[in-house]
Amino acid sequence: MNMKALTLPNSILDTIGRYTVKSSFFANTNWGRLSVISVPTLWLAIFFFVPFIVVFKISLAESAISIPPYTSLFDWDAEEAFLSIKLSLANYLYLFEDTLYIEAYWSSIKIAAVSTFFTLIIAFPMAYLIARSPPEKRTLLLALVVLPFWTSFLLRVYAWIGFLKKNGVINDVLMGLGITDQPITMIQTDFAVYIGIIYTYLPFMILPLYTALEKMDVTLLEAAEDLGAKAYQSFYLITLPLAVPGIIAGCLLVFIPAVGEFVIPALLGASDTLMIGRVLWDEFFLNRDWPMASAVATVMLLVLVLPVMLITNRAESKEGAK
Amino acid sequence: MAQSQTEIQESSMASTDSSTEQSTSSSTTSMPLWKQDGALPFLKIENVTKKFDDFTAVDNVSLDIYENELFCLLGGSGSGKSTLLRMLAGFEEPTSGRILIDGVDMAGMEPWKRPVNMMFQSYALFPHLNVFENIAFGLKREGIKKAEVKQRVIEMLELVQLAHLAKRKPDQLSGGQRQRVALARSLIKRPKLLLLDEPLGALDKKLREETQFELMNIQEELGVTFVVVTHDQEEAMTLATRIGVMNNGIVVQTDEPRDVYEYPNSRFVAGFVGSVNMFEGRISSDNIDSVTVISKSAGCELYVNHGINCAPEQKVAVAIRPEKIKISRTKPNQLNNCVFGKIEDYAYMGSMSTYRVRLYTGMEVRVTQPNTDRTSAEKLTWEDEVYLSWGDDCSVVLTV
Repeated sequence: MNMKALTLPNSILDTIGRYTVKSSFFANTNWGRLSVISVPTLWLAIFFFVPFIVVFKISLAESAISIPPYTSLFDWDAEEAFLSIKLSLANYLYLFEDTLYIEAYWSSIKIAAVSTFFTLIIAFPMAYLIARSPPEKRTLLLALVVLPFWTSFLLRVYAWIGFLKKNGVINDVLMGLGITDQPITMIQTDFAVYIGIIYTYLPFMILPLYTALEKMDVTLLEAAEDLGAKAYQSFYLITLPLAVPGIIAGCLLVFIPAVGEFVIPALLGASDTLMIGRVLWDEFFLNRDWPMASAVATVMLLVLVLPVMLITNRAESKEGAK
Repeated sequence: MAQSQTEIQESSMASTDSSTEQSTSSSTTSMPLWKQDGALPFLKIENVTKKFDDFTAVDNVSLDIYENELFCLLGGSGSGKSTLLRMLAGFEEPTSGRILIDGVDMAGMEPWKRPVNMMFQSYALFPHLNVFENIAFGLKREGIKKAEVKQRVIEMLELVQLAHLAKRKPDQLSGGQRQRVALARSLIKRPKLLLLDEPLGALDKKLREETQFELMNIQEELGVTFVVVTHDQEEAMTLATRIGVMNNGIVVQTDEPRDVYEYPNSRFVAGFVGSVNMFEGRISSDNIDSVTVISKSAGCELYVNHGINCAPEQKVAVAIRPEKIKISRTKPNQLNNCVFGKIEDYAYMGSMSTYRVRLYTGMEVRVTQPNTDRTSAEKLTWEDEVYLSWGDDCSVVLTV
């Protein structure tokens, strides 16, 4: 008999000619790896996936005057012993019938995109300055960037009301200096919403940009300069391309929460500032139409998650191609 | 002192045939530019000083570097050699003094305007661009037409033998390949002056030796003036037409490699370039063409056949290179330059052997001997009592 053909991996042939095949699930499992991975996996499963399934389930139900305020999907008829499943797509269809929703999505994305753009413009020089300052100073500057997190987000937005309102700080100063004689209307405008979003999410842009810029070797700029590039050319040919991972990360970190933002438009925006977060709130708490609210939330997730997945996928495959 | 030193060098130059000179290579004139009277330097560094706050990195340095030279600035870390190079490139401005390239004062001129390119120690290749784009970067900034850029980059890639890797990104290259890309990138704009910061520092020994010769060939082929900064004396010796040895911001000696090695002008240079044994002593007789030094540490009179400019009884050091000392168990027939000791340690290194001999005066002397035949290394061993001797023209008297 061909001995070689019989030899399995992890098998032992003893002198009497018995084979012992060693294969153990416990031995083959990398427990360290599993235990590390399981923590975030469980976290995501319990706090993201399960709630999402619940929301998705509600979105397929119909609104009803009951507790909870929606019909159940599954009906078990004990007498007849049959199960009826009622799935309603009406909520999704209604999303496209009533222009309010599409306008709200569109307006949210527009407001989020514009604020993300301005956040990037403001954050870039700040991140650059921090990355290029001496190491002992960087820690202090980074601490200052995250310092606002020590106060509640809600309080900080309320503080902006104090700045922006008709007899607020900014108007007082402007009128005191004689620049204007009438208070400028800033509160309850889209402008105030932009200010609020940019202010709130600035640190989320600065930090990833800083990480990308800090990694960059400064001699690259000297090399570019040595090869004939003027300062602005070095910037867009070297600094900017190398900061792209930071720009992508920062923009995602600002754009995604900004689209679903509720507190800022509610406190600083006008009553007609249409944002999907507010629509969601209204459906849920004012109309008590949980299924509709769930449908709005599900579509928002799809609208946000799909492009993000595409972007990160492309970034990863680029990384992998290296 | 300085005057007599140049005399020595000149006499030494006269005695050796200049055709054996490795540095002058195939230049048409027999006399290199730096020895010709009235030759115009291509790069003139005039009394350049650079201060960072209260620290003086470069202290009143003046250098003349001529066309087609491969000039090495040799020094340890913190000697100011890199700062001097960065001032030539335009990344630092001198606190005082002038830098003239081809007669043009570089004061206040931005790096991108200077007819100078630099190869960085870290290579500083742009990580997001491939090899071709890295090399083309400088040309594109000049607004040269695409077709010409392509042609010139391809020529340059062939010169550094990297044509097959044009599409690779820097992180897909080996250290040696990256070094060539950096070299190609710095040469593509055909600079009049190329600055190289530790060009071979990141390569392993074998690759370094190969690249040294390649660098010299490229320099000769393109006729660019090279200024190389290095801390590696061996690298400086093989590459350079002339070496400027720097210490604490000062250029302490500027000479051809052989002169720096054979006629160091100070204890620092003697010790920094190669290894050396130094006998401290006092002048006992000072003639025009010879000096006798009494040295307690040697235990005998040391006789050197060149004159120096010094005071009687002055404290001096007699420096002798390890490979110039003869070692034997029998007493050689000479009165001067002969010391006696015991072998404390020896190392067989293949091509040669190194001995550490403890003299009876207490001083330790290093001797290296080529292993000219297979058994020569076995003849001497630990605890052997040996005589060390050298000729009159082997040692140098150092006053500073």
